[in-house]
Amino acid sequence: MSAQEERRQAQELVAVIEREAKAAGRPLRFMEVCGTHTVSIFRAGIRQLLPENVELVSGPGCPVCVTPDSYMDKAIAYAERDDVIITTFGDMLKVPGSRSSLNEVRAKGADIRIVYSPLDSVKVAAENPDKKVVFLAVGFETTAPTAAATVIAAEKQGLKNLYMLSAHKLVPPVMHALLNDPDVKVDGFILPGHVCVITGTKPFAFLPAQYHLPGVVTGFEAVPILRSLARLTTMAARGEAAVENEYPSVVRTDGNPVSRQLTEQVYEPVDAEWRGIGMVPKSGLRMRDAFAAHDIERILPLDIQTVPKKTACRCGDVLRGVVKPVECPLFGKACIPTHAVGPCMVSVEGVCAAWYKYGRGRFIYGK
Amino acid sequence: MANDCITMAHGAGGKISRDLMEKVILPEFGNPLLNELHDGASVNMSGNVAFTTDSYVVQPLFFPGGNIGKLAVCGTVNDLSMTGAVPRYISVGLILEEGFPIKDLRTILHTMRQMADKAGVMIVTGDTKVVAKGQADGIFINTAGIGDIIPGTHISPRNVKPGMKVLLSGFIGDHAATVMASRHGLELPPTITTDCAPLNGLTKAILETAPDVPVLRDPTRGGVAAVLNEIAESSGCGILIEEDALPIRPEVQGVCDILGFDPLYLANEGKCIAFVPAEEADAVLAVMRANEYGKDACIIGETTEEGAGEVGLRTPIGGIRVVDMPLGNLVPRIC
Amino acid sequence: MCLAVPAKVVAVDQMMGKVELSGVTRDVSLMLLPETAVGDYVLVHAGFAIQKVEKDDFDETNDLLAEMHGAPRKVEGPLDREQFS
Repeated sequence: MSAQEERRQAQELVAVIEREAKAAGRPLRFMEVCGTHTVSIFRAGIRQLLPENVELVSGPGCPVCVTPDSYMDKAIAYAERDDVIITTFGDMLKVPGSRSSLNEVRAKGADIRIVYSPLDSVKVAAENPDKKVVFLAVGFETTAPTAAATVIAAEKQGLKNLYMLSAHKLVPPVMHALLNDPDVKVDGFILPGHVCVITGTKPFAFLPAQYHLPGVVTGFEAVPILRSLARLTTMAARGEAAVENEYPSVVRTDGNPVSRQLTEQVYEPVDAEWRGIGMVPKSGLRMRDAFAAHDIERILPLDIQTVPKKTACRCGDVLRGVVKPVECPLFGKACIPTHAVGPCMVSVEGVCAAWYKYGRGRFIYGK
Repeated sequence: MANDCITMAHGAGGKISRDLMEKVILPEFGNPLLNELHDGASVNMSGNVAFTTDSYVVQPLFFPGGNIGKLAVCGTVNDLSMTGAVPRYISVGLILEEGFPIKDLRTILHTMRQMADKAGVMIVTGDTKVVAKGQADGIFINTAGIGDIIPGTHISPRNVKPGMKVLLSGFIGDHAATVMASRHGLELPPTITTDCAPLNGLTKAILETAPDVPVLRDPTRGGVAAVLNEIAESSGCGILIEEDALPIRPEVQGVCDILGFDPLYLANEGKCIAFVPAEEADAVLAVMRANEYGKDACIIGETTEEGAGEVGLRTPIGGIRVVDMPLGNLVPRIC
Repeated sequence: MCLAVPAKVVAVDQMMGKVELSGVTRDVSLMLLPETAVGDYVLVHAGFAIQKVEKDDFDETNDLLAEMHGAPRKVEGPLDREQFS
């Protein structure tokens, strides 16, 4: 699409949003629950184009941010062992545990390797037969199948030294938790496009059915995001509630059944802790007994106690969309990306990091 | 040479050191000033002199379109050029790791000489040290350089005023994308290589056309984003660039899309950003485009009174976002 | 977290494939999309093909805008709106 065409479509969609928001005649709050949407909204400069009464809030869409201290403490403890190589996505390196971070133990000599794909861990395991290779398996429904497939690939190759430290999270259960929280007020959801590629749209049918709220699945460019906002505003203004798919190029009703089957083969749902939100029933994944041989927590159990840190950090409220990052007393002062206090400032996709990086601007054109 | 790897003896100062100099280094670098092999070089300079130094520690040492030696010579030539100088003489300090293949050393030195000739500078002095295996990463290179400041020029970010145009000499991110791709298992077509090049001809042409250009910068580490932020901060102006106007090759954008990078933060080794008074922008653009390293030059934005000290980017849909200083190493984002 | 990009499949060898995006190629696993064929466009996440790409978003937006101007709705995709209302 040419830039002119993109601009034309954006202007038309903004006009639709303005018209419908006016018709609604009340403040509307829409939440995105995918970190890539959070970043895309900032990068495209979408907030400034929206009418006064349409507010976008970010939910717990960054898997690095919602990973609790206790997980990071375990990852760090494994990394400090001489017989362990950690493989991880790059974003995990800076996340603070209760006493250190992977970056710090790496500087002291821990063998920690950044991978683009979980499958790269298989190669590392094959090349280092005398080491235990532990992949830090975080991510939502989109990423869990890639970790499951990696475990199965290792089984097929007869590799016994590849392990997962699993903290996968599931999106629909945490949305339930948010919607049952009286502090959280939203009028609809931008649904996570790439999660829906795997899950399909059906798992989000509870939104209209139980909460009478609209949800729109969409992609990650400026125009598709505006498209979803045009639909959400329209439905909210008209009192309608439905799950709509504005990303049909890759999102099908039934998602990707092969991926889900692999995930189910390796993992089972389990109650899980979300940083800032707490325990959410059946919102995480743990490895099934059949794959216990690849579960580092069962092969090398750790006995470490994580003592919660006491800070004024309001990440928990930020992740629930209750306060904006700028309302946190630490934001931009004690807590900046290079010296993050809370997890939302650590990851590139964290809500606070995105606000800090793109949103402090003194350039104000329009809103 | 009797053996084909660097040994500790090559750095011990005796006959074997001398062999390395006479049989490997001088055949590539030799010129009347260097051949004297004194402790230092005696050279003629006129008027104000620019002086710079930089060290090079890149991995991989060889990459599509270049090697560490090309970076070292071009980097120092470009640093002098951006200061408003005509580069004249450079020094080369080599730190070699025990076991480094002499064949690779020859290749690197050969490239350095080629680049020096291309830029019209002479390698007039140098030094070689050898460290034990494991104490360096193959080869480290330090280059220093001096040049004559072009009379009548006044390079200083403080002279940047609102309303100036921001000119960029060509496609961004080629160098970093080339190196990143090889680190992360991506294959690029052979047409995408490092942009590493000596820019002294380009900057000289710009300054001859518009001697009052206040800023010339090469966006190396930290990319275009870092340079623009530094200039915004030191000048106290705002800088607003247009996303549509940024020249990015589709392949480089592809690497960025896959690995989650922003091209504005990717290092370049043969690009120049010029801040030019608006009335001279067209003339400067014309001379840039006439130079072999500025064929794709374009105007990417302008300086403003609004947003003092900050860099904004206008997106294709008309929103504006802040472009901030890079924070650290680029790591792939899956996440 | 779910960064994913569309790319064209240029080679398939059992459970591995090679994809191309803007001239950049990379090996990807086809374990999550076993029926992938050369010439398909697929969505790639963390080194895996995760879905076949059917249609350009460009048309979808024009369809949505046409609908906003009164044309019948046709961008719904496979999901029946009434089903969940």
